[in-house]
Amino acid sequence: MIRSIVTVPPTARRGEVIEIRALVAHPMETGHRPDGAGGTLPRDILRRFTCHDGDELVFEALLHPAIAANPLLSFHLQAQATTTLRFTWEGDGGVRHERTAALEVV
Amino acid sequence: MDRPPQPPPTLHHARRRVLAAGGAGLGLGVGVRLGLGTVLPALPLHLRAAAVDLGDAPELQRMLARFAAGAPVLPGGVRLDLPELVENGNAVPVTVEAEGPLSGPGRVVALALFTARNPQPEVAEFRLGPRSGRARVGTRIRLSTSQKVMAVARLADATVRYATVDVLVTLAACVE
Repeated sequence: MIRSIVTVPPTARRGEVIEIRALVAHPMETGHRPDGAGGTLPRDILRRFTCHDGDELVFEALLHPAIAANPLLSFHLQAQATTTLRFTWEGDGGVRHERTAALEVV
Repeated sequence: MDRPPQPPPTLHHARRRVLAAGGAGLGLGVGVRLGLGTVLPALPLHLRAAAVDLGDAPELQRMLARFAAGAPVLPGGVRLDLPELVENGNAVPVTVEAEGPLSGPGRVVALALFTARNPQPEVAEFRLGPRSGRARVGTRIRLSTSQKVMAVARLADATVRYATVDVLVTLAACVE
């Protein structure tokens, strides 16, 4: 099971630009490391992260093996209305993880 | 599409044209083989003209050209923050920020990170929706050796800007 932590300020003023931080536990195996038997360990990485507000794509990250283990992404969002933000991670082997966070706009 | 005047054709250019003329069905396969083989992919002229000094990093040049999609790649307008001396290349904090308004042709729509000497030049590409508010993204990256790291921004009007930082790595990633 993939675990993640998303940090969103609990409240924001309308129009305020807030920072969102998304951290997920994942080894991000590069596919370049030797396996000790003359080969390399197979690649196992998260390839894509998205943040949606409803149907609107706010932020998307396409990740490659050079992203460190336990990928951390910080990005910004202009708050408009109280909403629930949806975060998804997708990776090699059909891995998918999703979580939500509430944002109250006052 | 408007293109600056071409330089005199090099041997590779000439070969490519000859091969392409050889047959439509054959052309694609040959082109791909040339691109991945010993012959370097032909760089768009503006990259040479703008003298994006990336050292000997043909793969990076190729990825940069793909990201730029034919637009000129100009220095400035992007800030790349990462330590210049890195003790552990397994997790290097990086922040990239591009200047630009929140809307209109100057809005930042995408940011990308590339490295010159990692096994693969691509690190990440970030796509920013209209509500991003601020074109600033942070993450942690792996560096396999001392090298140049590059941040690139694409604006809504297809303009591409870049910044580079030379990083000294004392403990490399992906070796243990």
